Amino acid sequence: MTLKTTPLNAAHRAMGAKMVDFGGWDMPVNYGSQIEEHHQVRNDCGMFDVCHMRVVDAKGEGVRAFLRYLLANNADKITVPGKALYSAMLRPNGGVIDDLIIYFMTESWFRIVVNAGTADKDIAWMKEQAAVHAPNLTITSRDDLAMVAIQGPNARAKVWEVLPQTQAVTEGLVNFQAADCGEYFVARTGYTGEDGFEVMLPKEKVEAFWYALNKVGVKPIGLGARDTLRLEAGMNLYGQDMDETVGPLESGLAWTVDLKSERDFIGKAALLAKPPTQKLIGLVLLDRGVLRGHQKVVTPQGDGEITSGSFSPTLEKSIALARVPNGVQIGDTVQVAIRDKMLAAQVVKYPFARNGKSCL
Amino acid sequence: MSNPSNLKYTESHEWVRVEADGTVTVGITDHAQELLGDMVFVETPAVGRKLKAKEECAVVESVKAAADVYAPVAGEVTAVNGDLDGAPEAINEDAYAAWMFKMKPDNMSDVDALMEADAYQLHVDSESH
Repeated sequence: MTLKTTPLNAAHRAMGAKMVDFGGWDMPVNYGSQIEEHHQVRNDCGMFDVCHMRVVDAKGEGVRAFLRYLLANNADKITVPGKALYSAMLRPNGGVIDDLIIYFMTESWFRIVVNAGTADKDIAWMKEQAAVHAPNLTITSRDDLAMVAIQGPNARAKVWEVLPQTQAVTEGLVNFQAADCGEYFVARTGYTGEDGFEVMLPKEKVEAFWYALNKVGVKPIGLGARDTLRLEAGMNLYGQDMDETVGPLESGLAWTVDLKSERDFIGKAALLAKPPTQKLIGLVLLDRGVLRGHQKVVTPQGDGEITSGSFSPTLEKSIALARVPNGVQIGDTVQVAIRDKMLAAQVVKYPFARNGKSCL
Repeated sequence: MSNPSNLKYTESHEWVRVEADGTVTVGITDHAQELLGDMVFVETPAVGRKLKAKEECAVVESVKAAADVYAPVAGEVTAVNGDLDGAPEAINEDAYAAWMFKMKPDNMSDVDALMEADAYQLHVDSESH
């Protein structure tokens, strides 16, 4: 199978990236030391090729009402233009189709950003639902757009150096808000636990944008550091921390699911009918070693499993997200099976690290 | 980094140096550390442990992944590099200086049968295509 490439493929190779097959995409895993890239983002700023993620525009009258029904989080929460909302999109049985971000632009335009690996099924699902519930809406996959994330305490200033024309409009953006600046759609969002922007722009302009950022000192960051940054920040990764076989309530996403209001949404009945028996927790390894996905977690309340695990460069310890029985509490010590040993780990409240420092 | 010509190599990416006292020193190759990336954890075998050739006997873990290290030949572990506990990144800095363990081979002829540097380089090239 031929791997799919982003418009930045040649730039990654020119910058010395080690390329890997990431869900069918030829993507940079690191350009040198992954740990240095991680610290670079926590302490200064770095840029990520996220062109593989998909931008979808939902347009037409009644788009808010449609999203209110389509998504587990409530689209009514965003009323200021540009404001963003993180949500799970569920099957009727409560399984998570994907996690995504919606941006409210106007009452007839919401922008949606979905994961790369799930984009095609997401769009098929949205169109299928729209055909029934909002046939006048258009759901358009914006394959003409590229996306770069610039993250870190100095990220916004660096973007303004390269795109000075956007500064006046984007300076006032609060966290989780975007502005449409013509060719550049600038959102104060990200997947690292740091301040920064995600910039959507025409595909044919992205390579020049990437090199311009690099010229003002923004270093490229690979998928390796992206994973440790998001894990420290306590952000779920679709396909690892949740998928269609589990619901949002056992995936640490209860804060994004609105079950209290009268609003009906796809999956609501299933969530109400079957309260979760498991939950997602944070773990910090007390012994020496590295926590990894799929390792067994042994607790007095029963067994669980690590969904994402790695080494935290900020804490200099191994950390993980794990799905365990509900009775497990913060502060408990549990055992993790690593090869032929049982190692001790402590249950903690995550996020583990954000904004340059430990949260523990 | 080129592979030193005074060492022997295995298909599973260990290097082996023959010492004057009849022991061999073992580590992982530069190619192996390059593939794994930043090392964060090393587990070495117990001194005195008797190993079969190609037996899993140590573990290196990078941020990205865990990898087993295999005994290059049959023999007994005589020493381990305890410095790696606190500084696993030494393997990234110089894979041929950051040795993992020493062993006394049952038969030194087993060591002679391992690959030379140029044969190992061909093996690496064949794996990456």
